[in-house]
Amino acid sequence: MAPDIPMFSLFFASIFTSNILLANFLGMCSFIAISKDINSSNGLGMAVVVVLTFTASINWVVLNYVLIPLDLVYLRFIIFIIVIASVVQMLEMIIDRVSQTLYLNLGIFLPLITVNCAILGVSLFMEIRQYSFLQSAVFGLGSGLGWWLAIMALAAIRKKTEKSKVSAGLQGAGLTFITIGFMAMAFIGFTGLLQVQ
Amino acid sequence: MSDSAKQPGQILKQNMWTANPIFMQILGICSALAVTNLLSNTMIMTLGVVFVTGMSNLTVAIIKSLIPRKVRMVVQTLIIAFYVIIVDIVLRAYLPEISRNLGPYVGLIITNCIIMGRAEAFAQSNPPLLSLWDGITSGMGYMGVLLSIALVRELLGFGALFGFQVLPAGFEPWIIMVMPPSAFFLIGVITWGGKYLMHRQGEPVLEGE
Repeated sequence: MAPDIPMFSLFFASIFTSNILLANFLGMCSFIAISKDINSSNGLGMAVVVVLTFTASINWVVLNYVLIPLDLVYLRFIIFIIVIASVVQMLEMIIDRVSQTLYLNLGIFLPLITVNCAILGVSLFMEIRQYSFLQSAVFGLGSGLGWWLAIMALAAIRKKTEKSKVSAGLQGAGLTFITIGFMAMAFIGFTGLLQVQ
Repeated sequence: MSDSAKQPGQILKQNMWTANPIFMQILGICSALAVTNLLSNTMIMTLGVVFVTGMSNLTVAIIKSLIPRKVRMVVQTLIIAFYVIIVDIVLRAYLPEISRNLGPYVGLIITNCIIMGRAEAFAQSNPPLLSLWDGITSGMGYMGVLLSIALVRELLGFGALFGFQVLPAGFEPWIIMVMPPSAFFLIGVITWGGKYLMHRQGEPVLEGE
């Protein structure tokens, strides 16, 4: 049965204390690659928020009304991936029709999102923790916002450290990881407020 | 990365060291960090990745002429998902406890960029057996880094190795090592050390980003 968690706590926890990126390490690849540039980070962050909210809700429906009744839960990895890929494709077409500016800002990031582990990760967490439909949607939205917040913060920090002199081996990825470590400590500092698994 | 090296020995060296997927190419970090708090979890997880990378590379190399170019990404994803489902079912049946610990991260092997990257960069243009070897060594490069992170985290976080207490009872565990930030610090330090050594040896350093 769905765990009994107040909506607000779940929302807050998924942004801060259980940040999908800093506490669960999901979506790292694009996080590190894209955070070099602040505008791209913003675009990708927004795209992740939208896609996560939709895929978490749709995958909940697919899981509970298709996979469980048909006893096909072991196929969930494949089905989730297909749902994610089609949602991304559909969003891309819709945004293209509705707003050209938005498409120029978000469009190039959408294909990248299909392979972002945060998206599949949220769907799998949703399945393991047995969230209700509303909880899944809130969890998806909160995780997306948390991801957006984290990538914006990292992009800003990297802009500052870009010009600093560091040892040749540490430059680039090494320094970025250590920076992320400090950010993770800050986010985890919220754990005292509430802890939702 | 360059795939000019076609000798098994060179492939091994590239994948384990000079083009290591984790600290040189910054691929597959997502799942790398979450499972490194206990050595036994890491061991099982990385064995799963070695299996999936090897087999999916082999499969892609065998059927590459049958796959239309346009849909090859989708087909590769499905091949990878197929092997991941096998790993998941095997783990559930034989190691239920570890399967529970790993949680969603087994499923997330599908989106591990290393596997897709090897299938796309190597298996598409090389014969099956060499691709299998390339997949296995890439997986082993990943395994090496993850096991060293897990070694430090379990030793300092719990005073144990593979669940056996090795440090004396008076040892004060480092709480930070159990928590996520330590994984970032350790991987940062490993990246730093690896790149530093490569600079010293005068190896051409690929920029991973």
